[in-house]
Amino acid sequence: MRKGRDGGVAAAAVQTNTAIRQKSVWERMKKCWQLYVFLIPALLSLIIFSYAPMYGIILAFKDYNPLDGIWGSEWVGLEHFIRFFNSPYFVQLLKNTLIISIYGLIVGFPIPILLALGLNYVRNLKFKKTVQTVTYAPYFISTVVLVGILNIVFSDKGFINQFITMTGHESILFMGIEKYWRHIYVWSGVWQSMGWSAIIYIAALAGVSPELHEAAIIDGASKLQRIRYIDLPAIMPTIVITLILNSGAIMSVGFEKAFLMQNPLNTGVSEIISTYIYKVGLISSEYGYSTAVGLFNSVVNCILLLTVNQVAKKMGQSSIW
Amino acid sequence: MSVRLVSKEFKKQSKSDKAFDIINHIFLILILIVVLYPLWFIVIASFSSPNEVAAGNVLFWPKGFNVKGYAEIFKYEKIWIGYKNSIIYTFVGTAINLIATIPAAFAFSRKKDLVGSKFLMLLFTITMFFGGGLVPTYLLIQNLGLYDTMWALVLPGAVSVYNLIVARTFFDQSIPYELWEAATVDGCDYAKYFFRIVIPISKPIIAVMLLIYAVGHWNSYFNALIYIIDSAKQPLQVILREVLIQSQNVTNMTSTSMDTLEAQRQLSEMIKYGVIIVSSLPVLVMYPFVQKHFVKGMMIGAVKG
Repeated sequence: MRKGRDGGVAAAAVQTNTAIRQKSVWERMKKCWQLYVFLIPALLSLIIFSYAPMYGIILAFKDYNPLDGIWGSEWVGLEHFIRFFNSPYFVQLLKNTLIISIYGLIVGFPIPILLALGLNYVRNLKFKKTVQTVTYAPYFISTVVLVGILNIVFSDKGFINQFITMTGHESILFMGIEKYWRHIYVWSGVWQSMGWSAIIYIAALAGVSPELHEAAIIDGASKLQRIRYIDLPAIMPTIVITLILNSGAIMSVGFEKAFLMQNPLNTGVSEIISTYIYKVGLISSEYGYSTAVGLFNSVVNCILLLTVNQVAKKMGQSSIW
Repeated sequence: MSVRLVSKEFKKQSKSDKAFDIINHIFLILILIVVLYPLWFIVIASFSSPNEVAAGNVLFWPKGFNVKGYAEIFKYEKIWIGYKNSIIYTFVGTAINLIATIPAAFAFSRKKDLVGSKFLMLLFTITMFFGGGLVPTYLLIQNLGLYDTMWALVLPGAVSVYNLIVARTFFDQSIPYELWEAATVDGCDYAKYFFRIVIPISKPIIAVMLLIYAVGHWNSYFNALIYIIDSAKQPLQVILREVLIQSQNVTNMTSTSMDTLEAQRQLSEMIKYGVIIVSSLPVLVMYPFVQKHFVKGMMIGAVKG
């Protein structure tokens, strides 16, 4: 209804004199000038710290020389990109990055949904509250502390190895063995964020009308059937949007945790694109090359995000725009 | 609530529902244990004798109670310098975050009045998915003269667009439009309306934002790693990394005999447990106070996020 009325107003506005219309936009802007003032701090911060660095992206096509500055440095075209694609690291970095992020998505995406659905059917409020409070907590632990805890728990004297030796096996140096690294990376991520990620589904489930459940119970539906036919459809838009946002982050695996979990024994699997960007950029000071690798990463990321969003739209699901 | 009432009426639960309840509770209890146990282990290990921990006797309760690790931490000056720095950065940084986020979120929640809100929002959303990257940002910080200062830690990322959207959704959904209409009749403008009416009734979302931003500053280490050179300006997390991950020696003991070497190794393990507790204390203290708000604030803010 409202949309139709707004449309009518807009159509009427088009018909009126352009000068008057422009004036009215100006008038409307003047009327809400305080709102623009409210936006100033946020806008300034974005322009300086998000948009200004985008200018620096041209470094990806240049050979950076501090004396000449970003603009004055020599153009080298696609040289950095060609070097990256031909380097022996390229395939390995891409593989490492994709494996831990897709593995993380496959495991880390459904578990919070299961947790939220499970909590939704707990009648003892105290138990429900306890589970919620406890599972949210690890989200607030810093990455440094998380990796510190991992080092302790998986060390030769840590309690995992205590259990292993108790059962009569040799203790395992988990953090130094490549085949365990990805599992530890992904599952510690699940451990840290499943509770927090569940909040959004808990909120969506709280919005489901109780009458639907009442009607289903009277019709003799089991709890599994209620989940299948009431809860899941109700939270489907939330699931899809979260999935789209997560897919858009597939290439941007967090630098911090991988970097902190790295040691000389596991770089074969733990070197990912973001740690490589850091090492060549800030440790070896290859500014142009590092920027090129970063740009490649961002572009792939954006393409993934747009693709998944488009697929969701085609399937008639909600999309982020 | 009414679901509970109805199901009480239908006391005869079907077999499959009973099985579901049992499996569901086992699942949740397992999750509870898996999440809680490592944290509990760190706590009890920090109060136990290192010999008992190394022998695997500390599993459910502290054994050989002692606080040597903590005593050593109190003597280690670097940690306290880091603590002080982190407190300052967290206060300043969070204040900047709130000043940048809350008013902007309010402005966007008045999208009917705000001319050009669609374009402005797009400007914000783009930065969620695309940025300059590491090196260009690094060069910018240097060119602005922020290198090796607190401002390199608190100014970039003043607005998290995700948080802004959550806060905007909260304002959008929890503050009835009638309030604004009533306020304008009394001759109230946006600024007065925001400070006198919106802020007081938006405590849940402000508390949530405060917690998320503050914890973010308290926990962040990467920016300090690349922008801060002066060791007197390092935040706690950088020091923690030295102690926990690079296993830097904290104790003052220097000896070469095997016995004391082993004792020293054990003490440095103690210190690791203790340092985890000490560094997480401020967050642990804040958490229960804010938690009740954040479920509420997050819920309204997240549903249509």
